[in-house]
Amino acid sequence: MELLGKEQIWKEYQKEIADNNYFYARSCIRQTFFPGSEWVYLDILRNKLHKNVIDDPRHTTCTGIGYHSDVVPIETIMTVVARHFALMTEAGYENLTPSCITSFGIYTEILDTWEHHPEIEEKIREYLYKATRREFKKPRNLAHTSDIIYKFRNEIASQILHPLKNIHTGRPLKVVDHIGCHYAKMFPSKGIGGAEFPAVLTGMIEAWGGEPIDYPERRHCCGFGFRNYLVMANRGFSVANSKKKFESMQPYEPDFIVANCPGCAMFLDKWQYTISEMEGITYGANGYGIPVLTYEEMAALVLGYDPWDIGLQMHQVAVEPLLDKMGIPYDPDKKYCNSRGESLGAPKCPTYLKIK
Amino acid sequence: MSELIEKLKQDIHYIEGMNSCMNCGVCTAICPAAEFYNYDPRTIVESVQRNDEETIRTLIHSDMIWYCGECMSCKTRCPRGNTPGLIIMALRKLAQDEGTFVHSEKGRQQYALKRVIDTHILERGYCVTPDLVKPEMHPEQGPVWEWVYDHMDDVMERVHANFRKPGEGALREIDAESMDELHKIFDVTGGTAFLQNIQTCSEKKAAETGTDMEDYFLHTYTDNNGSHA
Repeated sequence: MELLGKEQIWKEYQKEIADNNYFYARSCIRQTFFPGSEWVYLDILRNKLHKNVIDDPRHTTCTGIGYHSDVVPIETIMTVVARHFALMTEAGYENLTPSCITSFGIYTEILDTWEHHPEIEEKIREYLYKATRREFKKPRNLAHTSDIIYKFRNEIASQILHPLKNIHTGRPLKVVDHIGCHYAKMFPSKGIGGAEFPAVLTGMIEAWGGEPIDYPERRHCCGFGFRNYLVMANRGFSVANSKKKFESMQPYEPDFIVANCPGCAMFLDKWQYTISEMEGITYGANGYGIPVLTYEEMAALVLGYDPWDIGLQMHQVAVEPLLDKMGIPYDPDKKYCNSRGESLGAPKCPTYLKIK
Repeated sequence: MSELIEKLKQDIHYIEGMNSCMNCGVCTAICPAAEFYNYDPRTIVESVQRNDEETIRTLIHSDMIWYCGECMSCKTRCPRGNTPGLIIMALRKLAQDEGTFVHSEKGRQQYALKRVIDTHILERGYCVTPDLVKPEMHPEQGPVWEWVYDHMDDVMERVHANFRKPGEGALREIDAESMDELHKIFDVTGGTAFLQNIQTCSEKKAAETGTDMEDYFLHTYTDNNGSHA
């Protein structure tokens, strides 16, 4: 009976996720800092899961970073998003899958606002037609790209080459998840597990052999805060929030962090360097940091993609300790090479944070 | 008499974000900005709820409305369904429409944000691209980013990006027709006029202090008088 009750409650934290035919919306931040993640996501969908997904080159930013920095008015962002809907409609698709958490939150907010205020939707349709002569249907299904991976986590599990286990001890890797504020804090019913019981990443971690870590500041913001990072004078806010999370997770000795939001992944990686330079503190074992992966990178590693092919050389915190634990083969001499195998030279070493 | 309040009440962010605050303070307890800055979203919502024109006027001249990071953690927790973060967005819009944002250090940063983000949106079709993240402006990004920046084309090709080239793929160049549509959307929806107003107000403020716009930008990007936390 108790299990039935829990299953009943858990239903409220599920969401509908389309099973094929996706219109892909790229992320400004993900493609800037993790371009390999966007490449491998599409490769996994098309070649491992055999799904149909379109990458329309006419798709632009949603302007979300400008909107949340309060330099893009709501009518403008709504009309830019309406143009995305129009491109999706014209291509014959109805399932929208944004790669960015900020975009996901914005699409969700806009659809919600239009539900409450149909007159605003009408005004935006007029703006879009006046500006572009385009018309649109709203998406039938809106799912973040991680939702798609979550939906097919067991299919990915059936193809695993490198489970999330320490090959030396046989124990599951301890993984900290970070779903990103705009995934579920604004509209909890639109995120798997809501804001309270984040499950989109832990579902993947468990399906692929790892052990999710629940730690006190698990739900705390990474500290991006838009203007609080974008303006140099404000960056103390951003680093202080990440530091709060690192200090809270460190006692659990996580093997790595996996992030849903591209901005969070970047900050949780780069701020470990900054904190090490500011205070001489490192959060991983033996002077290393805690490796940070995007969920696409996590999926790609368990599926056997080459670490340098998916862009792990772009991370500031060295991923090699994690690769060694998982038994993933890699060529250290190819880490800093171009496509032709020519060396580009190595980045400078930080003062405290060990990278090799 | 209540001109500002009337404007605020027409803002969709205010309409969606303001129900009835009972001053419980849960928003402040959960707020990352309240932890870091001299900032209390509870008192902001309480102040706005009182419908006092002078209180609103004071707020839109102050640093206070610029601390929020718009993470919207407050939306999840408010037992009355308020969203202080949305109320902040409405106050920030009002401060820019009224030109009062230039009266506070944090408000003046809207000029830096306009330069950094909107210029990029309108020139490249993205909020951020790798060549925007210049190491000298982003020392916190560390030496690996510096390495990426110095070998941008090679690194981007290695990780399968289509950097500044036509067609599909990460970081592709947005075609001219799509950029034209983006510009027209900004024009038709008031986005261009909104940005121009930030520019005009900032130029006026810079002229008052005898600062050229490049110096003004650097001030808005780097100044921190240390009184915020």
